[in-house]
Amino acid sequence: MPANDGIDVDDHLGESGLDGDNAQRIYRYMLLARAISEKSWLLTRQGRVLFSMPCDGQEAADVASAYALDTGKDFIVPYARSLGAMLVKGMTAQEVMLNMFGKAADPNSGGRQMPMHWGHKKLGIISMGSSVGTTIPRASGVALASKLKGQGAVTMVYFGEGSASEGDFHEGLAFAGVHRLPVVFFCNNNGWATSVPVSLQSAEPQVSRRAEGYGFPGLTVDGLDPLTVYQAVKTAVDRARSGDGPTLVEATTIRMMPHSSSDNHLRYRSQDELDAEKESDPLPRFQNLLVSAGLLDGESDQVLRDAVDQEVESAIEYADAAPPPDPETALTGVYAP
Amino acid sequence: MSEMRLIEAVRDGLREELAADGSVFLIGQDIAVNGGVFRVTEGLLEEFGPERIIDSPLAESGMVGVAVGAAMNGLRPVVEIQFADFIFPAFNQLVSEAARMYYRTNGEYSVPLVIRAPYGGGVRGGLYHSQSVEAYFAHVPGLKVVVPSSPYDAKGLLKAAIRDDNPVLFFEHKLAYNTVRGEVPQGDYTVPIGKAVVRREGQQLSLISYGLSVHHCLEAADTLSAEGIDCEVVDLRTVSPLDTATLLESVKKTGRACIVHEDNLTGGVGAEVAAIIAKDAFEFLDAPVQRVAAPDVPSFPYSPNLEDALLPGPPDIVRMARELSAY
Repeated sequence: MPANDGIDVDDHLGESGLDGDNAQRIYRYMLLARAISEKSWLLTRQGRVLFSMPCDGQEAADVASAYALDTGKDFIVPYARSLGAMLVKGMTAQEVMLNMFGKAADPNSGGRQMPMHWGHKKLGIISMGSSVGTTIPRASGVALASKLKGQGAVTMVYFGEGSASEGDFHEGLAFAGVHRLPVVFFCNNNGWATSVPVSLQSAEPQVSRRAEGYGFPGLTVDGLDPLTVYQAVKTAVDRARSGDGPTLVEATTIRMMPHSSSDNHLRYRSQDELDAEKESDPLPRFQNLLVSAGLLDGESDQVLRDAVDQEVESAIEYADAAPPPDPETALTGVYAP
Repeated sequence: MSEMRLIEAVRDGLREELAADGSVFLIGQDIAVNGGVFRVTEGLLEEFGPERIIDSPLAESGMVGVAVGAAMNGLRPVVEIQFADFIFPAFNQLVSEAARMYYRTNGEYSVPLVIRAPYGGGVRGGLYHSQSVEAYFAHVPGLKVVVPSSPYDAKGLLKAAIRDDNPVLFFEHKLAYNTVRGEVPQGDYTVPIGKAVVRREGQQLSLISYGLSVHHCLEAADTLSAEGIDCEVVDLRTVSPLDTATLLESVKKTGRACIVHEDNLTGGVGAEVAAIIAKDAFEFLDAPVQRVAAPDVPSFPYSPNLEDALLPGPPDIVRMARELSAY
């Protein structure tokens, strides 16, 4: 089992600002994200779902960062691996599965976009497409509007380190810095832009150092530990909300699965490397921590996992049976009335 | 009613919308303190303050991306791209994001956004300050593309664009800013997007155009009238979506059509209009549909001799009209 070596579990929990209840909730969201990700992968192998982008290895980063938001008020500008954050923001397993199956009732796009291209207006989730990095100035714009309207909301934008190579990364961060916008730039650095390693993306692998160039703080945190992520993002969110401007938070994570269901990562990664990486899986590590803190035991863990599995199974059943979009609607909604 | 230059009409429209709707704001390079390089936004910073009149960094994609985000959070941004030639870094934000937001979210999110940009040649601006870019955007479902020819339309269409819930590209001919004058009502009115207008009635030939080229058509029509060729001039005003009813009605009446634009020929708006006429007015035609446009070279070169050799103008229209009339 991955250990939380050299740390005092209770101190760590205390410093994070999370109490036991909240730590347990984060764990449940992580389990749910993993279960949906794994099931979605299986559904693509069965040909029941046509596309998936697994988030395995990024649950701690996605869930704990979103957990630092005021979910009723703040905005998320997601990317395809933000499943954990979507769940925290209020998207249900059923809604996720409607999206996976491309059904009419999918609140993200009604079956118009590929799966895991999130967007849910009622939940404050700003729609994303497949052209990565475009979301970054968009997040600055959402935050600019919040500032002009006195909305008091914080916007958090998720992206991989691959997107940080896009020019829009630079332009979005520069603008947010100038106007001290209430935005948190959350970079999930899993080391891979599909098959291109971080060493071929930038001679400076630490993305957070770029924040200095825009005049606001940047920090890199262990994205496999939800407590560390939560603590860092909470500080960034508080800073944004109080008018002190943006923060770039880089969470170092792992990508345990291929880029997508259309990718075979064994073309560019070795099985040994993948096996070794599995040792850092954030789920057993957090499970271990909760057990050490007396917040979880074998029995309660099993109850939780059974409930999560049940939730996902019934979501799949519901979505599979839900009606597909009417072909006649494919021509509609090009322009707003 | 007062006579205004086109540039003043645009400014008037901006000022009225800023005053009427607190969710409208302006962003662009040099638009605040400097009032824009053409001075379209002069005085607006003083009137509406730096929160609503924002000088942008030199970053077109970022600027449009920011505007898309602000629009999705309830504001109505009006972006100035300093020259239409510099819009291309923002192409992805416009085409991949703004244009398809409403469609891809199944109607949940709309993007009420206006992109203003001065376009066109004749000012010795060389390859990068002279282009017409409307055809790139007219191709894109989800975008509206407006090119006014008169001060009245500039103000009324701009106000309609700002109130529209879709992304609208609004191209202003930079040579028209100070050379085209006309009566403009004081106070509020709009000109509907997607409606063409007949500027001059005629029986023998339809000259179909938009923007500054409409004035070239009107000038050519005067010349042709003296020769006994009676031209109708249709001002499209909006190049996407096209007002097919008005242009077809004109061609069905005259039986001859010539589309005129300053943009280069291939794949231009003229090609689309010609296809519509070929399909829906085929049996009314007495001559092939023709186009007067810039030749297929990369925009207008700098040297006056070179630019003048390529700019389509009234003499080119007159020549083509005679040819069509004699067909």
